[in-house]
Amino acid sequence: MFNFLSDWWGSLPFGVQWSVSTFSQILAFMVVLLLSLAFLLLMDRKVWAAVQMRKGPNTVGAFGLLQSFADFIKFVLKEIVVPAGADRPLFILAPLMTLVFAFITWAVIPVAPGWVISDLNVGILYIFAISSLGVYGIIIGGWASNSKYPFLGALRSAAQMVSYEVSIGFVLVTVLLMVGSMNLTDIVEAQGGGFWNWHVLSFDMFPWPAFVITIPMFVIFFISALAETNRPPFDLPEAESELVAGYQVEYSSTPYLLFMIGEYLNIVLMCALMTVLFMGGWHAPFDFAPFTWVPPVFWFAIKVVLFFFMFAMVKALVPRYRYDQLMRLGWKIFLPTSLAAVAVMGAIVVYSNAG
Amino acid sequence: MLSAAAFYILSAIAVISALMVVIAKNPVRAVLFLILAFFSAAGLFVLLGAEFLAMILVIVYVGAVAVLFLFVVMMLDIDFAQLKEGFISHAPLGGLVAIALAGILATTGLGWVSADSATSALQSPTPEDMTNVAALGALIYDRYVLFFQLAGLVLLVAMIGAIVLTLRHRDGVKRQDMHAQVNRKREDSVEIVDIKSGEGIG
Repeated sequence: MFNFLSDWWGSLPFGVQWSVSTFSQILAFMVVLLLSLAFLLLMDRKVWAAVQMRKGPNTVGAFGLLQSFADFIKFVLKEIVVPAGADRPLFILAPLMTLVFAFITWAVIPVAPGWVISDLNVGILYIFAISSLGVYGIIIGGWASNSKYPFLGALRSAAQMVSYEVSIGFVLVTVLLMVGSMNLTDIVEAQGGGFWNWHVLSFDMFPWPAFVITIPMFVIFFISALAETNRPPFDLPEAESELVAGYQVEYSSTPYLLFMIGEYLNIVLMCALMTVLFMGGWHAPFDFAPFTWVPPVFWFAIKVVLFFFMFAMVKALVPRYRYDQLMRLGWKIFLPTSLAAVAVMGAIVVYSNAG
Repeated sequence: MLSAAAFYILSAIAVISALMVVIAKNPVRAVLFLILAFFSAAGLFVLLGAEFLAMILVIVYVGAVAVLFLFVVMMLDIDFAQLKEGFISHAPLGGLVAIALAGILATTGLGWVSADSATSALQSPTPEDMTNVAALGALIYDRYVLFFQLAGLVLLVAMIGAIVLTLRHRDGVKRQDMHAQVNRKREDSVEIVDIKSGEGIG
């Protein structure tokens, strides 16, 4: 039976084999991502509730475990309202763009040794490029709504995302200088051997104190990731006290759901990026017995969930920034700091290799 | 086969969206088509093996420059009727310019012969022993470092020029001074007054 199957598979032309295996990988990865997203969303709400001494969602399923699925069904079954005077095609296109860009970035994230859909040589640049495209969903959605609040939200988010992309870019440059490769698998493999070799500490560069640079870079990346994904305290594009819900005002039902999924996918992606770039990706914190028994993908998932917890805590704890403070932080503090860090890290890499 | 199909799809999208940039009635849609053209050009770069250029094209043009384009165009209040006014009266002159431009392009295109060395160089955007990024880096930061630095200086001058042109100091604008805020003492702003009842502050 299985012999027959493998013979039949081997007799197929290469193009068909490649397409089928790649498509099934992508499908499986998307399903896993969406399922974990459902529970991460619940976790977000539970953490937020716990900080405010509430219970959070607790009626659908045990401990509210099925809340996200209930929300999903509710969103999908509602009527799609397109406001009069809206640019219909663009109005529908915007949430789709957000969702698609959020998904395709995941193609280069290595979750375990060899578990990556596309092992690009320019993986970091690819992520940077696609995440800079994410702003289009928001801008187009805000403009196509033909309404004032969404438009103001879209303008805010465009300026905000372009500003914080700059510092994210420089943080990425420091990391790829340390590794000497833009391939994400290479970056993770360079951090093996124990938590002290992870880039955030990088004791393996001894006697060069690289952690003096990488720890601030990690903090800058974390804060910029909050701003880039429009999370509190930088959620000015959807500030409810000023703009009702920003670019999402006119959206309802499935398009709104797509925006929501795209946004949360981007947040989890930023958590995954912090894991890959600074926290050793799939590597265990210690390179000996009880820790190496755990499969690598679990270490990756644990770290991602930990960072997601930090995102949720920030949302619960920190008050919203004013817009001029946001711009000041991005351009006057993060940009010079990360630029200086790139120069110093470049010097460290050059001199540590020479000596 | 797969790459040939990708090439035809991407180039078709690039050509059609470039055409739509010109004929789209709504300027915002024109910018969006321009972005689509950039994006498919990046896809063509990937097919050529120039992955670094493709990513930089997306990051710089699509991710930053076009966002600002869109930003500006979206905020324009455009009257379409006024925009179309005088189309017929300007058409002969516009047509003349278009024909002249097409003629120039055609003569250059038909008379263009590429050198043998250029053809062989075009076929190998990625040298055997190094990645695309390393090869480009070796060229830009090693062989052509002077030109690279000069180009950077030109851009710096342009940037400073733009800032100087738009910079103006306005009087009477209150700005937040965090240092002053944090260092403010209680004695600076609060005065305790003993008021006798029935007299008020005199």
